[in-house]
Amino acid sequence: MDETIIEFNNVSFTYEAEENNPEKPAVKNVNLKINRGEFIAVLGHNGSGKSTLAKLTNAILVPDEGKVTVAGMDTSDESKVYDIRRKVGMVFQNPDNQIVSTIVEDDVAFGPENLGIPPEEIRRRVDEALKCVEMYDFRLYEPHRLSGGQKQRVAIAGILAMRTDCIVLDESTAMLDPRGRKEVMDTIRRLNREHGITVVFITHFMDEAVEADRVVVMNDSRIFMDGTPYEVFADIKKIKKIGLDVPQAAELANELRESGISIPENILTSEECVQAVLEVVNADNRG
Amino acid sequence: MIRDITIGQYYSGSSVIHRMDARMKIVLTLAYIVSIFICRNFISLGVMALFVAVTALFSRVPVKMLLKSLKPVLIIVLFTAVLNIFYTTGGSTLVEWRFIKITSKGVFSAIFMSIRIIALIVCSSLLTYTTTPTVLTGAIESLLSPLKIFHIKVNTFAMMLTLALRFVPTLIEEIDRIMNAQKARGADLESGGLISRAKALVPILIPLFISSFRRAYDLAFAMECRCYTGGDNRTSMKKMKLAGRDFGALIFYLIMLAGIIVVNRLFPAVI
Repeated sequence: MDETIIEFNNVSFTYEAEENNPEKPAVKNVNLKINRGEFIAVLGHNGSGKSTLAKLTNAILVPDEGKVTVAGMDTSDESKVYDIRRKVGMVFQNPDNQIVSTIVEDDVAFGPENLGIPPEEIRRRVDEALKCVEMYDFRLYEPHRLSGGQKQRVAIAGILAMRTDCIVLDESTAMLDPRGRKEVMDTIRRLNREHGITVVFITHFMDEAVEADRVVVMNDSRIFMDGTPYEVFADIKKIKKIGLDVPQAAELANELRESGISIPENILTSEECVQAVLEVVNADNRG
Repeated sequence: MIRDITIGQYYSGSSVIHRMDARMKIVLTLAYIVSIFICRNFISLGVMALFVAVTALFSRVPVKMLLKSLKPVLIIVLFTAVLNIFYTTGGSTLVEWRFIKITSKGVFSAIFMSIRIIALIVCSSLLTYTTTPTVLTGAIESLLSPLKIFHIKVNTFAMMLTLALRFVPTLIEEIDRIMNAQKARGADLESGGLISRAKALVPILIPLFISSFRRAYDLAFAMECRCYTGGDNRTSMKKMKLAGRDFGALIFYLIMLAGIIVVNRLFPAVI
């Protein structure tokens, strides 16, 4: 299963200078290998280069230096651009700005229609994709009658209907309320587990990053940390130094540990934290 | 309140008119509009009015909704009627008082014109009541497709129409939001004369335009990511197909048209 699907090879990218923005690399010397079936969260605060990283994966942006390959195809090869986008789909931040049609099922059909797929096959894919994100009952709705989370699920279905191997979500939960965020998280986690779709999840919510297999932290245009959530969040001081938060559960556990209470190191979710605290309390009562 | 708006004025249903091919509906509506101007007397006009009434009955669109679509044109109907009463002369004189002279021909032509306009509006609203905007755009695309031989990008045009429709509710929501934001900062949008109210719109329109450009930019990215090239090799999930009922409607319409031409010849013209 350790097949690489997206590979960054010493990639740098700089946006053109604008009036009040001096030229500064958005991404600098990035090396990253994303394996098929992985669920990667990319963390970082604003301007850390995480969105640029996302746009480099499907040839919206092409690196100035280095090379990005998707399933062996170089993103700078213009003849391959649409083949690459068939492999790597992207869901954006604002749900309203990526829905093209006035009816949900027509919007999901947009991608396959662009690929020139025959109508019966499109119909099948659209129904399948909508069932996958649990939006099949809403297939005849107008998008403006849906909630933010539902719109993002429609956008995900639109990518699924193109049968991409990998979905990149560029801060797709940033504009949603907690319920919408949970809907989207549950959906992509299921897609990753059950359908083996590679997920690159760009976010600044730590609690979402915890659910990934692997966390990549970006800081100042470079990769700052790369590892499992436990590895990355183990060093709370290092994360805080670059101005990022750590998951609340991890922070609480850390403070308890520092004040002399014996709590295990690898705590990231609130369930784990509750469990550990209960064990300590019960042990105290018994002793 | 703004969340409830539907785009266009589609009335969902599954009547025979709803199920007709949208292309045929557009063609027949256009043909109807042309032929209602051919009518020269009350018999042919009556047949045309009856036709639209029967179509409305078949469509199962409530009469109330049809009346609603007539409301905005009521003034035009009245205006035309009044003009016709006073300015068409001929036949026997009914009323004569100082400079006002009402003749029988004037009254007839006023009634005639009113029926004509009302039938026209009802017929075209039936089209939009029974067809969703999306299907309508698809039909327009299909009807315009012969223009491809002149290298006109018909599918790009249709995509623009779809996107415009898609963003109507989004932009209405946006206007609502901006208006509230400006009101919260003390903007006065409701008082003053015409000019000061027009001026008050500037701080609403500028943010609206800026955000629309941003949306357009985002949307273009999203469309490119989904492999949109604007090319001709796009397929469509929903294929339009002419069925028996469409040809039936066409044949029925042609027979009626022939009848109207004959009636026009046989009976004297009112106008």
